[in-house]
Amino acid sequence: MGYGDYQCMDENGIREDGRKADEMRVVEIECGVVPVADGSAYIKWGKNEAIAAVYGPMEAHPRKIQRQDRAILDVRYNMAPFSTTDRIRPGFNRRSREISKVTRDALESVVDLELYPRSKIRVEIEIICAEAGTRCCGITAASVALADAGIPMTDMVVSVAAGKCNGIVLMDLNKPEDNYGEADLPMGILPMTDELVFLQMDGDLSMDEFQLAWDYNIKAAHEVHKIMVDALQKRYGGDE
Amino acid sequence: MSEDSTPPERDSGAVRLVHPGERVGVHEGAVAGHGIRRIDGELVAMRMGALRDNGNTVSVDPLSSRYVPRAGDLVVGYVEGMPNNIWFMDIGASFNAILPMSLAPWKVEFGAVREHLNVGEAVLCRIQEVDETHSAVATMKGMGLRKLKSGLLEEIPPHIIPQVIGKGGSMLQTLKDLGQCRMVVGQNGRVWLDGDNDGMRDVRTALQLIRDTAHLPGLHDRIDALANE
Repeated sequence: MGYGDYQCMDENGIREDGRKADEMRVVEIECGVVPVADGSAYIKWGKNEAIAAVYGPMEAHPRKIQRQDRAILDVRYNMAPFSTTDRIRPGFNRRSREISKVTRDALESVVDLELYPRSKIRVEIEIICAEAGTRCCGITAASVALADAGIPMTDMVVSVAAGKCNGIVLMDLNKPEDNYGEADLPMGILPMTDELVFLQMDGDLSMDEFQLAWDYNIKAAHEVHKIMVDALQKRYGGDE
Repeated sequence: MSEDSTPPERDSGAVRLVHPGERVGVHEGAVAGHGIRRIDGELVAMRMGALRDNGNTVSVDPLSSRYVPRAGDLVVGYVEGMPNNIWFMDIGASFNAILPMSLAPWKVEFGAVREHLNVGEAVLCRIQEVDETHSAVATMKGMGLRKLKSGLLEEIPPHIIPQVIGKGGSMLQTLKDLGQCRMVVGQNGRVWLDGDNDGMRDVRTALQLIRDTAHLPGLHDRIDALANE
C-alpha cells in the first residue's frame, strides 16, 4: 500500500478497528505491579502496553545535580527492544531523550517538588508493546505511578492524542492511521481544571481541525482520568 | 517511646479515598491539613489517601509514603558506610542519617569506628536533630539504644505505624501477646522482633494483614480474629 492509498474510514464512518472518529481505544490500568517500587502502574492502551515505576524521593546523585530548594524529577522513557516488529537498539536515542524531557516537563507542573529539597524522584517508563501513542501511554502511566507512590501532586496529568488521517480528525490514532496520517496532536491535560501542561503537534491542522482535535482530547482526558482513579481505588480496596 | 503515639480513629465509619487533584468539598470554614491544599478557595487533595475530617481540619492519611525524619523519633538504622569518625545510617528516609562517634555509647578512637559498628549491622537509635533540608543526626546515647544482635527486622510503611501501635499501645500489646516475643516499633517503619520462630511468624502474618488493610475500618477485629485462630 502506498502513501495516500490508505483509507482510514469506511462509508459508514467506522474506522479499520471498529471505532468511530471520536472514540478511543480501550484503556486498562493496574496499580502496584512492581512490588519493589514505591509506586507503579501498568497500562494497556489498545495494543500499547507500558509499565511505569516510581522510586523516591531519594538523595540526588551526583551532588551537583541537587537543587537546594526542591527535588528534581529524573524521568526515563524507554522502549523495550521487543516492543516493535523492528528490533529497537537498546539504550537512549534521540526520540527517547525527547520523550523523557517532555514527560518530565509535564509532570513537573503538578508534582510538589518543594517538599523534598536536594532529592530526586525517579520515574521509569518502559514500553513493552508499541502501537502508536506510546508517549501518551507513558505519561498517563507515570501519573498513576506517582499517585500510587504517595507523591504530593496538585492533579494527575492525563495524556491523550488526536490526529488527522485522510483529512478527517480522529481521536487516538492507531498504527496505520499514525503512519499514513497527516497530523498528530498529543496533549497533557489536568482533568480537574482542563489546563494544558504539554502539547506537541506533528503535521498541519487548520484552526477548525485543531479546535475539533482539542475538544476530542479534552473529552478523552476525562474518560481516561476516570479509569486512572478507578485503578487507584481498586488497589486500596475502595469503591470502584 | 513509640507506644505514646496517638492513632487515628479508623475503626468506625466509611472511608473516603481521595486522589491527587480531587476537590474534597467539605463544610465551610474547614482548614487544610496534611495532604490538602487550598487552591482558588477550594480544598484539593494532594495525594492518594483516606480523607479525614475532624470537624475543623481536613487532611489525607496517605496510603503509601516514605519516612520523613523528625527529632526525637526512635528508628532502626542499617550502617551503610563510615569514614574515620562517623557512621552513615540508612534509616529509610530520602537521605542517610549520620551517627557521629561522639554520639555512640562507646569510647571510639578516631579511625576505629569499624571495630564497633560494621557495614550492614542494625542499630536502634534516636534522631537527635533534623535540618530544613532533611539531613538527620542520630544518637545512640539514651536508654535502650543499642546494636541489634538477634531477632529479625520486618519493614512496614511508616504511615501505618499508628495502627501498629494502636490506642495507648493496645495493638502493640496484642501483637506481643500473639507472638510471645519482644517488639520494638521504629518510627521509620522497621519493626524489631525477637522470640521463638513460630511466634515471630505469627506476628509477621499480623503485620502483613495490617499493612494490607490499615486504611479500612475494623482493623482491631481482624487482628483479634487472627489471634483467636
